Amino acid sequence: MTAEAPELIRLTAAELAAAVASGEVSAVEVTQAHLDRIVAVEPRLHAFLHVAGVGALAAAEDVDRKRAAGEPLGPLGGVPLALKDVLTTKDMPTTCGSKILDGWRPPYDATVTRRLRDAGVIILGKTNMDEFAMGSSTENSAFGPSANPWDLTRVPGGSSGGSSASVAAYEAPLAIGTDTGGSIRQPAAVCGIVGMKPTYGGSSRYGLVAFASSLDTPGPLARTVLDAALLHEVMSGHDPCDATSVDAPVPPVVAAARQADVAGLRVGVVSEFSGEGYQAGVLARFTEAVELLESLGAKVTEVSCPHFRYALPAYYLIAPSEASSNLARFDAMRYGLRVGDDGTHSADEVMSLTRAAGFGAEVKRRIMLGTYALSSGYYDAYYGKAQQVRTLIVRDFDAAFEQVDVLVSPTTPTTAFPIGERADDPMAMYLADLCTIPSDLAGNAAISVPCGLAPEDGLPVGLQIMAPALADDRTYRVAAAVEAALQQRWGGPLLSQAPPLGEAGEVER
Amino acid sequence: MTTEHLVSFDDAVSRYEPVIGLETHVELGTVSKMFCGCPTTFGLPPNSAVCPVCLGLPGSLPVANRAAIEYTIRIGLALNCTIATWCRFARKNYFYPDMPKNFQISQYDEPLCTDGWIDVTLGGKTYRVGIERVHLEEDTGKSLHIGGATGRIHGADYSLVDYNRAGIPLVEVVTKPVPDTGALAPAVARAYVTELRDLLRALRVSDVRMEEGSLRCDVNTSLTPRGAVEWGTRTETKNVNSLRSVERAVRFEIERQAGVLDAGQKVVQETRHLHEDTGATTSGRSKEEAQDYRYFPEPDLVPVAPPAGWVEEIRAAMPELPAARAARLQEEWGVSSADLEKLRNAGSLDLAEATVGAGASPAEASKWWLGELARHANDRGVEPADLPITPEQVARVSALVQAGTLNDQLARQALEGVLAGEGEPDEVVAARGLAIVSDDAVLAEAVDAAIAARPDVAAKIREGKTAAAGALIGDVMRATKGRADAGRARELILQRLS
Repeated sequence: MTAEAPELIRLTAAELAAAVASGEVSAVEVTQAHLDRIVAVEPRLHAFLHVAGVGALAAAEDVDRKRAAGEPLGPLGGVPLALKDVLTTKDMPTTCGSKILDGWRPPYDATVTRRLRDAGVIILGKTNMDEFAMGSSTENSAFGPSANPWDLTRVPGGSSGGSSASVAAYEAPLAIGTDTGGSIRQPAAVCGIVGMKPTYGGSSRYGLVAFASSLDTPGPLARTVLDAALLHEVMSGHDPCDATSVDAPVPPVVAAARQADVAGLRVGVVSEFSGEGYQAGVLARFTEAVELLESLGAKVTEVSCPHFRYALPAYYLIAPSEASSNLARFDAMRYGLRVGDDGTHSADEVMSLTRAAGFGAEVKRRIMLGTYALSSGYYDAYYGKAQQVRTLIVRDFDAAFEQVDVLVSPTTPTTAFPIGERADDPMAMYLADLCTIPSDLAGNAAISVPCGLAPEDGLPVGLQIMAPALADDRTYRVAAAVEAALQQRWGGPLLSQAPPLGEAGEVER
Repeated sequence: MTTEHLVSFDDAVSRYEPVIGLETHVELGTVSKMFCGCPTTFGLPPNSAVCPVCLGLPGSLPVANRAAIEYTIRIGLALNCTIATWCRFARKNYFYPDMPKNFQISQYDEPLCTDGWIDVTLGGKTYRVGIERVHLEEDTGKSLHIGGATGRIHGADYSLVDYNRAGIPLVEVVTKPVPDTGALAPAVARAYVTELRDLLRALRVSDVRMEEGSLRCDVNTSLTPRGAVEWGTRTETKNVNSLRSVERAVRFEIERQAGVLDAGQKVVQETRHLHEDTGATTSGRSKEEAQDYRYFPEPDLVPVAPPAGWVEEIRAAMPELPAARAARLQEEWGVSSADLEKLRNAGSLDLAEATVGAGASPAEASKWWLGELARHANDRGVEPADLPITPEQVARVSALVQAGTLNDQLARQALEGVLAGEGEPDEVVAARGLAIVSDDAVLAEAVDAAIAARPDVAAKIREGKTAAAGALIGDVMRATKGRADAGRARELILQRLS
């Protein structure tokens, strides 16, 4: 291994792409450095469910070949990435963190997967997640939890916790997550990185194994706002295979991340997101971030969104309802796990036995919740009412965005909690998504950017910036300004304050 | 188990008033499936016309087929329905191995077309059948249960599933309840399905081949004691797959329900299965244990909002509908409404019209398509349109009859030759030597031979009993293998024996 290899993993995606494009380093070297890092830290981190070393190196060779032939590489050519195991891949298993998809090899690539490959992004493997993206800690993964690189006894958030952990631990400069109730932003926040939930329909869901169809949104995780924007641009855009895909140009997110300026911008602080249940250090860092925005020239006001308090209960009716239907297809008839097919059981019984054995407790809980909420006689009181609440939340956003350009809040009420702490308390777990859920229900754009460490536990805090649908660029503009100002204050990225993790592995090598 | 004592049909309808209703599923003839690009071709090898979408693989998403929506609007307009300006697909959730997603994308409380009607004519009387709704959905896969006695999943050794059919666009046409048909209830049910079939064919939205399952009916029947105000409890006979079966299902349910009611019992609201061999229905599952389908708007699809301009374009491009066409042809051809009804019911109206277009008279065209050719179609078990003969060929045979080259009997042989693949009518006539013989030299020889062979008959004719000539004409025909001009033969016989 070359001497600069340990350094390669610390570069940003933008820097890596430039180095590969200029020939300073090959895509194969970049890929190998990240694969080495994975080997070194995975035993402690468990961010990946599948590492595709051979495939990744082959893809990197392709990129190097293209470069040698003088073909243009694109803004992320040769940059490695960790893909959440909820997006289909032809050359890798896709488990969604569930036993029920045991042995399934998708015959097709998700649109996001295909776009990444077409852009010369190197897919290192598939990352751990809460089963079917249901959870906020990765503890609901059938394959065991991932650890938070800041403190290995704590959760990396979820459901895209494997993705956030891999990026924070320098296993990959980029990752794809999916956000249904906060599953990109909350893990990004608690791992001290950037996570973006694009406008619903801005990134294709084709090949994203559905949890809640009207909410699921794939998006980027990265260590810098610019890197997130570069990935956002590569993965997004209209997809004729997804009827809910937005047929509009991708917002100019990269330009906005480079603009990094908030002078004159109207920023609204959501007054509902504070008080009981919020960790003091989280609120302290959030308040500082708001003051910082003001000092950068933003006009800050407080904005009330009165119906946001109903977002969590509405979400826990809508998302499980859709999930109960989406997950019905896992019945052992065509793919995945099959239990009880021994000639003594009927097809119905095999379905039941397989679902009983293949789904974890949280998935079963939500299937039952959703089945109940959609039942004849209960539909109006539950699913119907929740949809009405959803409309009210959209109106709250509409009214707020008449007064301000963006809304801000803490991304999540607390920093990373210890593994096991909330595992048996679903309600406490659900509260992790309190601030992120409204933007999922309304479908607008929202990003989480690191805003410091909570003094009481020294763990990262995230600032959430929400913008209207299709104004994704606005969140990047604000996030990049905050990032630049804070890094100046800190003298470097927040992640440089994280405790060392990989040294032992590197010494071994 | 309910009593299976049947009351005779006549007795039943004399004391009870039937109310019928039909739910008809039609596979649309679009090139591709409802939510993916797979072909809809019938008869492909099992599981060869499938993709991640119609197999419901994890991560796949549906995208609605615009042509299927257009076809449904066409059907709605033809059935005098209101076309929704905004509606949604819904998920119908239930578990079954031939349902790839374990939900069916259908429409629930927001169908694309609502509140229409269609007239059916039966024995000169017109019945207006109200249309409740026309909605669009996807078909399921097809299960084949191997082993067991019933061909159903219960008791089968194993089952095979073909997903080629999964995702084929399916339109469901639901009638309002049809009262006041009395003893004609079974016939009205059949006439409605016939009318609907013709309409769908005329609209070119489906080839409507019932034997391939592209049109399937659920038949609802209830009985009310005559004079009672409230309608009785209905049963739903599922998957009735032929016109004849539609009629039989209604008829049997009337006889059965009358027996149940006569015994003082209640008709159970349930689905029933028709047995094609006996014409009887048996109980399926009871509605009380019916599943809760947990319908909710399909979140993977956007609402369907056909612009008014598009609907008007579709309306303007509508072809002539069967009822209007029948009225026009009846007038143009000067035929009876009964004959026209026969042509329509035989599925031969298109063929007769094309035959007239090729030069035949309407009477001739009707005669051949309702007679000889209908018989051939029946013998072969195919639709008249599938016979290996064209309207042009039929018109040519007809022209040969008009020209005196063929008589009806020879014409039948000519048609038989064409159907047997012996070539064009003229070739068949030449090859089989079918042309009428009116050459006096040839005829005279046959006439003289006949007179010589039957002196007794010849004597009678000489005595003035000219009716006896028929026997000699018969001999002449036999001698000439049916090719003699019978009129000329008669003239020659009478000349010689006067």
